[in-house]
Amino acid sequence: MRIGVVTFPGSLDDVDAARAVRLAGGEAVSLWHADPDLKAVDAVVLPGGFSYGDYLRCGAISRFAPVMTEVVAAARGGLPVLGICNGFQILCESHLLPGALTRNDHRKFVCRDQRLRIENNRTPWTSSYAENAEVTIVLKNGEGGFVADEPTLQRLEGEGRVVARYLDVNPNGSLHDIAGITNERGNVVGLMPHPEHAVEELTGAGTDGLGFFAGLAALGAV
Amino acid sequence: MARYVVDVMPKREILDPQGKAVLGALPRLGFEGVSDVRQGKRFEIEVEGEDDDRQREEVRRMAETLLANPVIEYFTVHAHEPSVELVDATADDSGAS
Repeated sequence: MRIGVVTFPGSLDDVDAARAVRLAGGEAVSLWHADPDLKAVDAVVLPGGFSYGDYLRCGAISRFAPVMTEVVAAARGGLPVLGICNGFQILCESHLLPGALTRNDHRKFVCRDQRLRIENNRTPWTSSYAENAEVTIVLKNGEGGFVADEPTLQRLEGEGRVVARYLDVNPNGSLHDIAGITNERGNVVGLMPHPEHAVEELTGAGTDGLGFFAGLAALGAV
Repeated sequence: MARYVVDVMPKREILDPQGKAVLGALPRLGFEGVSDVRQGKRFEIEVEGEDDDRQREEVRRMAETLLANPVIEYFTVHAHEPSVELVDATADDSGAS
């Protein structure tokens, strides 16, 4: 399974994401924001960071990067795409996912080991988790408050498209404690916490994040 | 040359933490009676040619495509009026009045 990881100017977690892909048994392929070329990968990760300096709005400029034209088209065709943190913001700006991410309600950057419930394990990114698995994954964001209008929230809830929900505390003011969502088809997932930082005992809060990459790697092994 | 101003504001129903921070700071500085502050963005755009409906429509498209995120923000477009030129914050108080 070849999983592409996009690097934008200002990406921070592309190297960690590529490492997580490899630890999970996949092959990480570097993709560059200015190249309209997905190198025939089987899936794409949009990593965390501050692409284009978060100018205008988080993800607003990245959405128009040449590589994103390809990502959007491929995602609409079913390619698995995972957007983590800034990647989630880019997916919302690209209209691949509904809603938007806004400044944390408490106005401070948050960095913590966050408990989550994986409520939808039918996406390619979450298939290795048991339904309603409770995991701990690093969270770090300044603009992670998920917002959407009420009809959109009802649809997300009603269609089981809330992939991950915050447990214990709501760290950023996200409506319905939403930490991650998926699109109607289930191939595109946006997630505010950082599973790529929770893949090794030595450096993270356990290895609960590995599942986001292991599910796809396992698909490729079949 | 036609000049336009696009004002982008967070929707009323969207929490505006930056506006709230300013609202909280004003009383501490002795400004009383402020009941709400919303913080937005202002874009000044120059385009070649004269101001007309087509140009205005083009600027409106810029706003909805890039400058604003309609999920959380609304925007207004109007022609840039020299009479509402912003006061230079660095100017001497007497000169700015």
